[in-house]
Amino acid sequence: MKILVCISNVPDTTSKINFSGDNKSFDKNGVQFVINPWDEYALTRAIELKEAKGGTVTVLNVGEADAEPNIRKALAIGADDAIRVNAHPKDAYFVAQQIAAIAKQNNYDIILMGKESIDYNGFQVHNMVGEMLGIPSITPAFKLDLVDDSTARLEREIEGGKEVVEVKLPFVASAQQPMSEPRIPNMRGIMTARTKPLQVVEPVAGEAKADYVSYSKPEKKSGVKMIDAENAGELISLLRNEAKVL
Amino acid sequence: MSVLVFVEGFNGEIKKSSLEAATYGYQVAQQLGTTATAVAIGEVHEDALAKLGEQGISKVLYDADSRLNQFVADAYVKVIAKAAQQENAKVLVFSNSNIGAAVGSKLAVRLNGSLATNVTTLPKTDGGQFIVTRSVFSGKAFADVALTSDVKIIAVKKNALEIANAGSGAATVEKFSADLTDAEFVAAPKETIMQDTSGGVLLTEAEIVVSGGRGLKGPENWHLVEDLAKALGAATACSKPVADLDWRPHHEHVGQTGIAVSPNLYIAIGISGAIQHLAGVNSSKVIVVINKDPEAPFFKAADYGIVGDAFDVVPKLIEAAKALDK
Ligand SMILES: Cc1cc2nc3c(=O)[nH]c(=O)nc-3n(C[C@H](O)[C@H](O)[C@H](O)COP(=O)(O)OP(=O)(O)OC[C@H]3O[C@@H](n4cnc5c(N)ncnc54)[C@H](O)[C@@H]3O)c2cc1C
Ligand SMILES: Cc1cc2nc3c(=O)[nH]c(=O)nc-3n(C[C@H](O)[C@H](O)[C@H](O)COP(=O)(O)OP(=O)(O)OC[C@H]3O[C@@H](n4cnc5c(N)ncnc54)[C@H](O)[C@@H]3O)c2cc1C
Repeated sequence: MKILVCISNVPDTTSKINFSGDNKSFDKNGVQFVINPWDEYALTRAIELKEAKGGTVTVLNVGEADAEPNIRKALAIGADDAIRVNAHPKDAYFVAQQIAAIAKQNNYDIILMGKESIDYNGFQVHNMVGEMLGIPSITPAFKLDLVDDSTARLEREIEGGKEVVEVKLPFVASAQQPMSEPRIPNMRGIMTARTKPLQVVEPVAGEAKADYVSYSKPEKKSGVKMIDAENAGELISLLRNEAKVL
Repeated sequence: MSVLVFVEGFNGEIKKSSLEAATYGYQVAQQLGTTATAVAIGEVHEDALAKLGEQGISKVLYDADSRLNQFVADAYVKVIAKAAQQENAKVLVFSNSNIGAAVGSKLAVRLNGSLATNVTTLPKTDGGQFIVTRSVFSGKAFADVALTSDVKIIAVKKNALEIANAGSGAATVEKFSADLTDAEFVAAPKETIMQDTSGGVLLTEAEIVVSGGRGLKGPENWHLVEDLAKALGAATACSKPVADLDWRPHHEHVGQTGIAVSPNLYIAIGISGAIQHLAGVNSSKVIVVINKDPEAPFFKAADYGIVGDAFDVVPKLIEAAKALDK
């Protein structure tokens, strides 16, 4: 079983988000980058499937060299090898084209991603890749099991419920919790990760279809109005008469 | 050229988020000097479709194929792509739901279009551009994005704009279908299981959300959250540890790694307000925080706050909420 896990390199969840003086680009100063949290669910599930059934787990990132520490981290967690497509990931469409190109060369049985990146919040790369490859994309899935060597059973979240889907391999799926319990790399993993192959490839011709022009931040709240716990009921009338939300 | 809006049904009615998408579609059509057509698939009442006229929709293409009462991605894509072609649609509008974003992403590939999800504003179209604002960095920022392809696909963030009543009478409803083959059904769900949605209010669609954290001590105390939610017609939610501890189901977990919600009113009870929690709720219009610790970080993100023990405060709120005339 050959599994591809696509990982995105994103600001840590506790990051304060700032932009350059002209508001035209994200300011990376002082920001810690991590593997996108949703992608960790995908990665761990891939490793669990490999442990149960045999095979390989390859991680793929479309990005510049500064993503390599997190690619190594994925290797330390248990992936076997890695590919970095050496390009500035301009938008989701461009990223999807790069992932599809790698997938076409390598015949993966399963392509796993996270539900969405926590920086650009696109929720789209997985479905684009599925469409580009002409294979099913099941997203977001919170359960993934193999029924036999050629069939998987997934549970997918929809608003207000879930769908149970059985598909033939190959397919694309995106992960959300509780698909797996993300792992922390151990010492042995960190040591072996250093010697695992990380292949850097140049991008195929691709096209961005969205042009990020500028950024802004939400308006600050004007401050909190405190209500005395003894008169808690007053909150309800404020919500109706002042905030007008009831 | 025209604008095409995909509307989703739920229990035969049109979802609130789809009425927002219809409003958006009509307003873009006005900007571009054209009309907005809707496409609906599966089980939706025809009178609900005709009522889309209120949002300014002039015509609805309706595919009532009962195999599509559940979500079958490839079939939905084929139907909507055909509708887009027939209507010569240059702008396609979806709600930013799991279904809308999935279909929108696949159509971006099939129609060679530019896609923006999580969109919060109408486009700026001066000078031949098409620039929309998206919510990014988990609600911590906005980005202005120029969509550069001929076909533009937009998934509108929930509760980002108010449903308008354009009052232009009933929309005409036309039967519509695409030639579906077995190929579109290879990944069709075997089964669709709907949850018991707390009093019929879907969390992602709710105007009011009452949410509980670890401060509530245990699942046996959730009647406080549920009773307040019921009195306000709200959906219920929870923090991540509450779902991890199995006090509540995972589909109620909101935050950076859970569901992102943007209701008009979010009431947080016994939740500390960790940055990852805030990332999923910070675009709520009004935030109320009830916490016994005056230093809880959530108060900094709140509009109204009560410092007190939830076990004393919430019963008072329930009583006051029940006393409201509807
Ligand atoms: C203006 C701009 C500047 C950017 N600058 C940087 C940068 O400096 N460094 C950087 O690393 N990224 C950068 N990105 C890329 C960004 O992190 C995303 O990779 C890309 O925009 C797709 O985001 P999305 O939210 O649409 O993905 P989604 O559709 O939400 O992602 C879904 C899943 O797709 C997979 N995926 C997404 N992106 C990648 C990727 N790049 N490689 C492999 N798998 C992926 C992951 O599994 C992810 O969970 C930039 C993007 C933009 C628009
Ligand atoms: C990568 C990552 C992703 C994460 N994603 C999410 C996410 O999506 N969503 C999420 O929620 N969290 C997320 N977290 C966890 C987050 O950091 C916090 O740990 C979590 O939100 C805390 O939950 P809580 O507020 O319910 O519990 P606690 O932090 O334990 O807070 C309980 C609060 O209740 C108050 N309290 C106690 N007793 C009472 C009482 N009787 N009456 C009133 N108040 C009382 C306390 O003062 C305290 O403020 C994530 C963390 C990481 C690292």
